[in-house]
Amino acid sequence: MEKHLLRITVNEQEYELYINPKALLVEVIRDHLGFTGTKRGCESVSCGACTVMIDGMAVKSCSVLAMQVDGMNVTTSEGLEEKGQLHPIQKAFLDHGAYQCGFCTSGMLMSSKAFLDENPNPTTHEIREGIEGNLCRCTGYNSIVRALDAVAKGNYREDKA
Amino acid sequence: MIKDFHYLRPNTVGEALDLISQYKDDCKIICGGQSLLILMRQGLVATDYLVDIKRVQGLNYINFDTNEGLKMGAATTHRAIEKSALIKDKFKVLADMENNLASIQVRNWGTIGGNLAHADAAGDPAPVLMTLGASVKVGSADDTRIISLDQFYVGLFETALKEDEIVLEVQVPVPASRSAAVYEKFNLLQSDQGIIAVAASMTLNGDSTCKEARIALGNAAPTTMRARKAEQTLVGGKLDDGLLEAAGLAASEEADPISDIHASEDYRRHLVKVLTMRMVKKAWEQAAISA
Repeated sequence: MEKHLLRITVNEQEYELYINPKALLVEVIRDHLGFTGTKRGCESVSCGACTVMIDGMAVKSCSVLAMQVDGMNVTTSEGLEEKGQLHPIQKAFLDHGAYQCGFCTSGMLMSSKAFLDENPNPTTHEIREGIEGNLCRCTGYNSIVRALDAVAKGNYREDKA
Repeated sequence: MIKDFHYLRPNTVGEALDLISQYKDDCKIICGGQSLLILMRQGLVATDYLVDIKRVQGLNYINFDTNEGLKMGAATTHRAIEKSALIKDKFKVLADMENNLASIQVRNWGTIGGNLAHADAAGDPAPVLMTLGASVKVGSADDTRIISLDQFYVGLFETALKEDEIVLEVQVPVPASRSAAVYEKFNLLQSDQGIIAVAASMTLNGDSTCKEARIALGNAAPTTMRARKAEQTLVGGKLDDGLLEAAGLAASEEADPISDIHASEDYRRHLVKVLTMRMVKKAWEQAAISA
Protein backbone atom coordinates (compact mmCIF):
# COMPACT_ATOMS: atom_id res chain seq x y z
CA MET A 1 0.00 0.00 0.00
CA GLU A 2 1.52 3.31 -1.01
CA LYS A 3 2.23 5.67 1.84
CA HIS A 4 0.95 9.21 1.82
CA LEU A 5 2.66 12.41 2.90
CA LEU A 6 0.90 13.92 5.91
CA ARG A 7 1.63 17.52 6.85
CA ILE A 8 0.23 18.23 10.26
CA THR A 9 0.75 20.81 13.00
CA VAL A 10 0.53 19.37 16.48
CA ASN A 11 0.85 21.66 19.48
CA GLU A 12 2.22 24.41 17.24
CA GLN A 13 5.00 22.22 15.87
CA GLU A 14 4.88 21.29 12.18
CA TYR A 15 5.47 17.69 11.16
CA GLU A 16 5.80 15.93 7.82
CA LEU A 17 5.62 12.17 7.76
CA TYR A 18 4.75 9.31 5.46
CA ILE A 19 1.95 7.13 6.75
CA ASN A 20 -0.27 4.27 5.72
CA PRO A 21 -3.53 6.05 4.86
CA LYS A 22 -5.48 3.77 7.17
CA ALA A 23 -3.65 5.26 10.18
CA LEU A 24 -6.05 6.87 12.60
CA LEU A 25 -5.27 10.31 13.97
CA VAL A 26 -4.82 8.86 17.46
CA GLU A 27 -2.20 6.42 16.12
CA VAL A 28 -0.20 9.20 14.46
CA ILE A 29 -0.40 11.40 17.55
CA ARG A 30 0.65 8.64 19.96
CA ASP A 31 2.76 6.19 17.99
CA HIS A 32 4.41 8.38 15.36
CA LEU A 33 4.74 11.66 17.24
CA GLY A 34 4.86 10.39 20.83
CA PHE A 35 2.13 12.54 22.37
CA THR A 36 0.87 9.80 24.66
CA GLY A 37 -1.30 12.14 26.72
CA THR A 38 -4.05 11.32 24.26
CA LYS A 39 -5.53 7.98 25.32
CA ARG A 40 -7.04 5.13 23.36
CA GLY A 41 -10.17 4.05 25.18
CA CYS A 42 -13.21 2.47 23.59
CA GLU A 43 -12.02 3.11 20.02
CA SER A 44 -15.65 3.27 18.96
CA VAL A 45 -16.47 6.97 19.29
CA SER A 46 -18.07 6.50 22.69
CA CYS A 47 -15.78 7.33 25.58
CA GLY A 48 -14.01 10.54 24.51
CA ALA A 49 -10.62 9.64 26.06
CA CYS A 50 -8.96 10.28 22.68
CA THR A 51 -10.46 13.77 22.26
CA VAL A 52 -8.13 16.34 20.69
CA MET A 53 -8.79 19.72 19.14
CA ILE A 54 -8.68 20.00 15.36
CA ASP A 55 -8.63 23.65 14.28
CA GLY A 56 -10.18 24.48 17.65
CA MET A 57 -12.94 21.86 17.53
CA ALA A 58 -13.13 18.91 19.90
CA VAL A 59 -12.99 15.70 17.86
CA LYS A 60 -12.44 12.05 18.81
CA SER A 61 -9.12 11.10 17.28
CA CYS A 62 -9.98 7.37 17.22
CA SER A 63 -12.56 8.00 14.54
CA VAL A 64 -10.69 10.28 12.16
CA LEU A 65 -8.17 9.17 9.57
CA ALA A 66 -4.96 11.12 10.02
CA MET A 67 -5.02 11.92 6.30
CA GLN A 68 -8.31 13.75 6.81
CA VAL A 69 -6.49 16.23 9.02
CA ASP A 70 -3.73 16.89 6.47
CA GLY A 71 -2.71 20.55 6.70
CA MET A 72 -4.70 21.20 9.86
CA ASN A 73 -3.86 22.19 13.44
CA VAL A 74 -4.15 19.62 16.20
CA THR A 75 -3.88 20.36 19.91
CA THR A 76 -3.42 17.61 22.50
CA SER A 77 -3.27 17.89 26.28
CA GLU A 78 0.51 18.39 25.98
CA GLY A 79 -0.25 21.58 24.09
CA LEU A 80 -2.31 23.16 26.85
CA GLU A 81 0.47 24.45 29.07
CA GLU A 82 1.81 27.91 28.38
CA LYS A 83 5.39 28.94 29.19
CA GLY A 84 5.86 25.89 31.36
CA GLN A 85 2.75 26.72 33.39
CA LEU A 86 -0.28 24.49 33.55
CA HIS A 87 -3.34 25.81 31.75
CA PRO A 88 -6.01 27.28 34.09
CA ILE A 89 -8.28 24.31 33.32
CA GLN A 90 -5.49 21.91 34.34
CA LYS A 91 -4.92 23.83 37.58
CA ALA A 92 -8.62 23.79 38.32
CA PHE A 93 -8.74 20.02 37.72
CA LEU A 94 -5.91 19.61 40.24
CA ASP A 95 -7.50 21.89 42.83
CA HIS A 96 -10.91 20.25 42.55
CA GLY A 97 -9.73 16.64 42.37
CA ALA A 98 -11.41 16.33 39.00
CA TYR A 99 -9.99 12.88 38.33
CA GLN A 100 -9.10 9.67 40.05
CA CYS A 101 -7.57 7.15 37.68
CA GLY A 102 -6.86 9.92 35.18
CA PHE A 103 -7.60 7.96 32.04
CA CYS A 104 -10.37 10.28 30.87
CA THR A 105 -8.54 13.42 31.93
CA SER A 106 -6.69 14.44 28.79
CA GLY A 107 -9.79 13.98 26.67
CA MET A 108 -11.87 15.75 29.28
CA LEU A 109 -9.39 18.66 29.25
CA MET A 110 -9.59 19.00 25.48
CA SER A 111 -13.38 18.97 25.42
CA SER A 112 -13.34 21.50 28.26
CA LYS A 113 -10.89 23.78 26.43
CA ALA A 114 -12.89 23.74 23.21
CA PHE A 115 -16.10 24.27 25.14
CA LEU A 116 -14.87 27.22 27.25
CA ASP A 117 -13.26 28.83 24.18
CA GLU A 118 -16.70 28.81 22.57
CA ASN A 119 -18.74 29.61 25.69
CA PRO A 120 -16.65 31.38 28.35
CA ASN A 121 -19.62 32.07 30.67
CA PRO A 122 -21.58 28.83 30.79
CA THR A 123 -24.28 27.71 33.18
CA THR A 124 -23.72 24.48 35.08
CA HIS A 125 -26.13 22.77 32.70
CA GLU A 126 -24.15 24.02 29.70
CA ILE A 127 -20.92 22.72 31.28
CA ARG A 128 -22.52 19.28 31.58
CA GLU A 129 -23.55 19.45 27.94
CA GLY A 130 -20.05 20.60 27.01
CA ILE A 131 -18.50 17.40 28.34
CA GLU A 132 -21.34 15.12 27.17
CA GLY A 133 -18.99 13.22 24.87
CA ASN A 134 -16.55 12.24 27.62
CA LEU A 135 -17.11 9.38 30.02
CA CYS A 136 -15.57 9.40 33.50
CA ARG A 137 -16.11 6.33 35.66
CA CYS A 138 -14.41 7.69 38.81
CA THR A 139 -15.60 11.16 39.69
CA GLY A 140 -19.31 11.08 38.99
CA TYR A 141 -18.55 14.27 37.03
CA ASN A 142 -19.35 16.68 39.86
CA SER A 143 -15.75 17.60 40.62
CA ILE A 144 -15.11 18.15 36.91
CA VAL A 145 -18.14 20.41 36.64
CA ARG A 146 -16.99 22.32 39.74
CA ALA A 147 -13.52 22.76 38.26
CA LEU A 148 -14.89 24.15 35.00
CA ASP A 149 -17.33 26.35 36.87
CA ALA A 150 -14.40 27.80 38.84
CA VAL A 151 -12.50 28.57 35.63
CA ALA A 152 -15.60 30.15 34.08
CA LYS A 153 -16.18 32.27 37.20
CA GLY A 154 -12.68 33.70 36.77
CA ASN A 155 -11.06 32.05 39.79
CA TYR A 156 -8.01 31.31 37.64
CA ARG A 157 -8.01 34.59 35.75
CA GLU A 158 -4.56 35.71 36.89
CA ASP A 159 -3.22 32.44 35.53
CA LYS A 160 -4.40 33.33 32.05
CA ALA A 161 -2.09 36.37 31.75
CA MET B 1 -7.91 -4.10 12.20
CA ILE B 2 -8.61 -1.94 9.19
CA LYS B 3 -7.78 -3.58 5.86
CA ASP B 4 -5.32 -1.62 3.71
CA PHE B 5 -6.85 0.62 1.08
CA HIS B 6 -5.81 3.17 -1.52
CA TYR B 7 -6.69 6.64 -0.29
CA LEU B 8 -8.04 9.15 -2.77
CA ARG B 9 -8.84 12.75 -1.92
CA PRO B 10 -10.48 14.64 -4.79
CA ASN B 11 -10.78 18.42 -4.57
CA THR B 12 -13.98 18.94 -6.52
CA VAL B 13 -17.32 17.20 -6.83
CA GLY B 14 -16.50 16.45 -10.48
CA GLU B 15 -13.24 14.74 -9.56
CA ALA B 16 -14.99 12.77 -6.82
CA LEU B 17 -17.74 11.55 -9.16
CA ASP B 18 -15.18 10.57 -11.81
CA LEU B 19 -13.28 8.47 -9.27
CA ILE B 20 -16.45 6.82 -8.02
CA SER B 21 -17.62 6.04 -11.57
CA GLN B 22 -14.20 4.51 -12.19
CA TYR B 23 -14.03 2.33 -9.08
CA LYS B 24 -17.75 1.75 -8.42
CA ASP B 25 -18.16 -1.15 -5.96
CA ASP B 26 -14.43 -1.31 -5.33
CA CYS B 27 -14.56 2.02 -3.52
CA LYS B 28 -16.23 3.37 -0.44
CA ILE B 29 -16.89 7.01 0.22
CA ILE B 30 -15.84 8.59 3.49
CA CYS B 31 -17.01 12.00 4.64
CA GLY B 32 -16.92 12.46 8.44
CA GLY B 33 -16.46 8.72 8.86
CA GLN B 34 -17.93 8.69 12.36
CA SER B 35 -19.90 5.55 11.55
CA LEU B 36 -17.88 4.13 8.66
CA LEU B 37 -14.54 3.91 10.48
CA ILE B 38 -16.10 1.88 13.29
CA LEU B 39 -17.41 -0.63 10.76
CA MET B 40 -14.06 -0.72 8.97
CA ARG B 41 -12.24 -1.38 12.21
CA GLN B 42 -14.66 -4.15 13.09
CA GLY B 43 -13.96 -5.69 9.70
CA LEU B 44 -17.59 -5.31 8.64
CA VAL B 45 -16.60 -3.01 5.82
CA ALA B 46 -13.46 -3.47 3.73
CA THR B 47 -12.63 -1.58 0.59
CA ASP B 48 -9.86 -1.38 -1.98
CA TYR B 49 -10.26 2.34 -2.53
CA LEU B 50 -11.46 5.01 -0.12
CA VAL B 51 -12.65 8.28 -1.65
CA ASP B 52 -12.56 11.10 0.91
CA ILE B 53 -15.11 13.82 0.14
CA LYS B 54 -14.93 15.56 3.53
CA ARG B 55 -13.13 18.59 2.11
CA VAL B 56 -14.45 18.59 -1.44
CA GLN B 57 -15.28 22.15 -2.43
CA GLY B 58 -18.91 23.17 -2.66
CA LEU B 59 -20.54 20.53 -0.47
CA ASN B 60 -20.62 22.52 2.75
CA TYR B 61 -23.42 25.08 2.93
CA ILE B 62 -26.80 25.88 4.48
CA ASN B 63 -29.08 28.01 2.29
CA PHE B 64 -32.71 28.98 2.63
CA ASP B 65 -35.03 30.47 0.04
CA THR B 66 -38.73 31.19 0.61
CA ASN B 67 -39.62 29.37 -2.62
CA GLU B 68 -37.10 26.56 -2.74
CA GLY B 69 -36.81 25.93 0.98
CA LEU B 70 -33.72 24.67 2.81
CA LYS B 71 -30.71 23.26 1.02
CA MET B 72 -27.79 21.74 2.90
CA GLY B 73 -24.62 20.49 1.29
CA ALA B 74 -23.87 16.84 2.00
CA ALA B 75 -20.63 17.66 3.84
CA THR B 76 -22.30 20.13 6.22
CA THR B 77 -21.50 19.02 9.76
CA HIS B 78 -24.14 18.19 12.35
CA ARG B 79 -22.68 20.92 14.52
CA ALA B 80 -23.12 23.54 11.79
CA ILE B 81 -26.79 22.58 11.46
CA GLU B 82 -27.26 22.58 15.23
CA LYS B 83 -25.71 26.05 15.56
CA SER B 84 -27.28 27.63 12.46
CA ALA B 85 -29.46 30.63 13.42
CA LEU B 86 -31.40 30.09 10.22
CA ILE B 87 -32.25 26.49 11.10
CA LYS B 88 -33.08 27.34 14.72
CA ASP B 89 -35.50 29.94 13.35
CA LYS B 90 -37.13 28.01 10.48
CA PHE B 91 -36.62 24.33 11.36
CA LYS B 92 -36.30 24.18 15.14
CA VAL B 93 -37.02 20.44 15.12
CA LEU B 94 -33.82 19.90 13.09
CA ALA B 95 -31.67 21.97 15.44
CA ASP B 96 -33.14 20.19 18.49
CA MET B 97 -32.55 16.78 16.90
CA GLU B 98 -28.93 17.65 16.11
CA ASN B 99 -28.39 18.89 19.67
CA ASN B 100 -29.08 15.35 20.90
CA LEU B 101 -27.22 13.50 18.15
CA ALA B 102 -24.26 11.62 19.64
CA SER B 103 -21.72 13.99 21.24
CA ILE B 104 -20.24 17.38 20.39
CA GLN B 105 -17.09 15.68 19.07
CA VAL B 106 -19.09 13.54 16.64
CA ARG B 107 -21.23 16.50 15.56
CA ASN B 108 -18.10 18.54 14.91
CA TRP B 109 -16.81 16.02 12.37
CA GLY B 110 -19.78 13.98 11.18
CA THR B 111 -21.87 15.19 8.26
CA ILE B 112 -25.54 15.18 7.32
CA GLY B 113 -24.95 13.56 3.92
CA GLY B 114 -22.78 10.84 5.40
CA ASN B 115 -25.35 10.13 8.09
CA LEU B 116 -28.19 9.74 5.58
CA ALA B 117 -26.15 7.62 3.17
CA HIS B 118 -24.96 5.37 6.01
CA ALA B 119 -28.63 4.32 6.26
CA ASP B 120 -28.67 3.23 9.88
CA ALA B 121 -32.36 2.79 10.77
CA ALA B 122 -31.56 4.18 14.21
CA GLY B 123 -30.07 7.40 12.81
CA ASP B 124 -31.62 10.60 14.11
CA PRO B 125 -31.80 12.87 11.04
CA ALA B 126 -33.74 10.57 8.68
CA PRO B 127 -37.06 10.37 10.56
CA VAL B 128 -37.09 14.12 11.20
CA LEU B 129 -36.26 14.94 7.59
CA MET B 130 -38.86 12.43 6.36
CA THR B 131 -41.63 14.15 8.28
CA LEU B 132 -40.45 17.47 6.86
CA GLY B 133 -40.88 16.04 3.34
CA ALA B 134 -37.16 16.18 2.56
CA SER B 135 -35.36 14.81 -0.48
CA VAL B 136 -31.75 14.17 -1.34
CA LYS B 137 -30.08 15.33 -4.51
CA VAL B 138 -27.76 12.56 -5.66
CA GLY B 139 -25.28 12.68 -8.48
CA SER B 140 -23.05 10.52 -10.63
CA ALA B 141 -20.51 11.53 -13.26
CA ASP B 142 -23.36 11.43 -15.81
CA ASP B 143 -26.40 12.81 -14.09
CA THR B 144 -28.07 14.18 -10.99
CA ARG B 145 -31.50 13.24 -9.67
CA ILE B 146 -33.71 13.98 -6.70
CA ILE B 147 -34.89 11.12 -4.47
CA SER B 148 -37.55 11.63 -1.82
CA LEU B 149 -36.29 10.34 1.54
CA ASP B 150 -39.47 8.21 1.56
CA GLN B 151 -37.98 6.28 -1.39
CA PHE B 152 -34.34 6.45 -0.32
CA TYR B 153 -34.16 3.55 2.14
CA VAL B 154 -34.71 0.18 0.52
CA GLY B 155 -33.34 -2.29 3.07
CA LEU B 156 -31.12 -2.79 6.10
CA PHE B 157 -28.23 -0.33 5.59
CA GLU B 158 -29.26 -0.10 1.92
CA THR B 159 -30.21 2.99 -0.05
CA ALA B 160 -31.51 3.69 -3.53
CA LEU B 161 -28.07 5.06 -4.49
CA LYS B 162 -26.56 3.40 -7.54
CA GLU B 163 -22.97 2.21 -7.26
CA ASP B 164 -21.64 5.38 -8.94
CA GLU B 165 -23.85 7.88 -7.09
CA ILE B 166 -23.31 9.94 -3.96
CA VAL B 167 -25.53 12.24 -1.92
CA LEU B 168 -24.81 15.86 -2.86
CA GLU B 169 -27.49 17.86 -1.08
CA VAL B 170 -30.37 17.59 1.35
CA GLN B 171 -33.46 19.56 0.36
CA VAL B 172 -36.29 20.46 2.73
CA PRO B 173 -39.38 22.27 1.43
CA VAL B 174 -40.80 25.36 3.12
CA PRO B 175 -43.13 24.12 5.88
CA ALA B 176 -46.85 24.59 5.22
CA SER B 177 -48.72 27.20 7.23
CA ARG B 178 -50.37 25.89 10.40
CA SER B 179 -47.90 23.05 10.64
CA ALA B 180 -45.34 21.85 13.19
CA ALA B 181 -42.89 18.99 13.48
CA VAL B 182 -41.43 17.36 16.60
CA TYR B 183 -39.11 14.46 17.40
CA GLU B 184 -38.31 12.36 20.43
CA LYS B 185 -36.27 9.26 21.03
CA PHE B 186 -36.36 6.91 23.96
CA ASN B 187 -32.94 5.96 25.25
CA LEU B 188 -30.91 5.61 28.40
CA LEU B 189 -28.32 8.28 27.63
CA GLN B 190 -29.59 11.47 26.05
CA SER B 191 -27.01 11.34 23.28
CA ASP B 192 -27.49 7.67 22.35
CA GLN B 193 -29.43 6.56 19.35
CA GLY B 194 -33.05 5.86 20.12
CA ILE B 195 -34.19 2.41 21.20
CA ILE B 196 -37.23 3.78 19.39
CA ALA B 197 -37.54 7.25 17.88
CA VAL B 198 -40.63 8.94 16.48
CA ALA B 199 -40.95 12.13 14.46
CA ALA B 200 -44.31 13.65 13.60
CA SER B 201 -45.35 16.59 11.47
CA MET B 202 -48.93 17.85 11.57
CA THR B 203 -50.58 20.29 9.18
CA LEU B 204 -53.98 21.60 10.24
CA ASN B 205 -57.07 22.99 8.53
CA GLY B 206 -58.58 26.32 9.59
CA ASP B 207 -60.81 24.52 12.10
CA SER B 208 -57.76 22.75 13.59
CA THR B 209 -58.72 19.38 12.15
CA CYS B 210 -55.87 17.36 10.66
CA LYS B 211 -55.13 18.23 7.04
CA GLU B 212 -51.99 16.16 6.70
CA ALA B 213 -49.97 13.97 9.07
CA ARG B 214 -46.51 12.61 8.54
CA ILE B 215 -45.08 10.16 11.06
CA ALA B 216 -41.65 8.53 10.76
CA LEU B 217 -40.25 5.79 12.99
CA GLY B 218 -36.58 5.32 13.84
CA ASN B 219 -35.11 1.93 14.83
CA ALA B 220 -38.55 0.34 14.50
CA ALA B 221 -37.84 -1.64 11.31
CA PRO B 222 -34.88 -2.54 9.06
CA THR B 223 -35.09 1.02 7.68
CA THR B 224 -36.42 4.34 8.83
CA MET B 225 -40.10 4.12 7.88
CA ARG B 226 -43.24 6.20 7.47
CA ALA B 227 -46.14 5.04 9.65
CA ARG B 228 -48.67 5.53 6.89
CA LYS B 229 -51.58 3.71 8.51
CA ALA B 230 -51.22 5.84 11.60
CA GLU B 231 -51.12 8.94 9.40
CA GLN B 232 -54.33 7.88 7.65
CA THR B 233 -56.20 7.46 10.92
CA LEU B 234 -55.47 11.10 11.71
CA VAL B 235 -56.45 12.85 8.47
CA GLY B 236 -59.69 14.81 8.89
CA GLY B 237 -59.83 14.08 12.62
CA LYS B 238 -60.02 16.31 15.66
CA LEU B 239 -57.43 16.08 18.43
CA ASP B 240 -58.75 13.81 21.17
CA ASP B 241 -57.48 10.89 23.24
CA GLY B 242 -59.35 8.27 21.21
CA LEU B 243 -57.83 9.41 17.94
CA LEU B 244 -54.33 9.55 19.45
CA GLU B 245 -54.77 6.04 20.80
CA ALA B 246 -55.90 4.77 17.38
CA ALA B 247 -52.91 6.39 15.66
CA GLY B 248 -50.48 5.04 18.25
CA LEU B 249 -51.92 1.56 17.93
CA ALA B 250 -51.75 1.68 14.12
CA ALA B 251 -48.09 2.77 14.24
CA SER B 252 -47.18 0.03 16.72
CA GLU B 253 -48.80 -2.56 14.43
CA GLU B 254 -47.16 -1.43 11.19
CA ALA B 255 -43.73 -1.15 12.84
CA ASP B 256 -41.43 -4.15 12.36
CA PRO B 257 -38.99 -3.99 15.26
CA ILE B 258 -36.52 -6.60 16.48
CA SER B 259 -35.71 -7.86 19.95
CA ASP B 260 -32.17 -7.22 21.09
CA ILE B 261 -30.15 -6.46 24.20
CA HIS B 262 -31.76 -3.02 24.48
CA ALA B 263 -35.44 -3.96 24.28
CA SER B 264 -37.81 -6.74 23.27
CA GLU B 265 -39.96 -6.49 20.17
CA ASP B 266 -43.07 -6.09 22.34
CA TYR B 267 -41.51 -3.31 24.35
CA ARG B 268 -40.42 -1.54 21.17
CA ARG B 269 -43.99 -1.72 19.83
CA HIS B 270 -45.17 -0.25 23.11
CA LEU B 271 -42.64 2.57 22.75
CA VAL B 272 -43.77 3.22 19.17
CA LYS B 273 -47.34 3.59 20.40
CA VAL B 274 -46.51 5.86 23.33
CA LEU B 275 -44.11 8.08 21.41
CA THR B 276 -46.43 8.32 18.40
CA MET B 277 -49.29 9.47 20.63
CA ARG B 278 -47.00 11.93 22.38
CA MET B 279 -45.45 13.35 19.21
CA VAL B 280 -48.74 13.68 17.30
CA LYS B 281 -50.31 15.52 20.24
CA LYS B 282 -47.33 17.83 20.63
CA ALA B 283 -47.08 18.62 16.91
CA TRP B 284 -50.84 19.14 16.71
CA GLU B 285 -50.82 21.59 19.63
CA GLN B 286 -47.84 23.48 18.24
CA ALA B 287 -49.41 23.65 14.77
CA ALA B 288 -52.65 24.99 16.24
CA ILE B 289 -50.91 28.06 17.64
CA SER B 290 -48.49 28.54 14.70
CA ALA B 291 -49.01 31.07 11.94
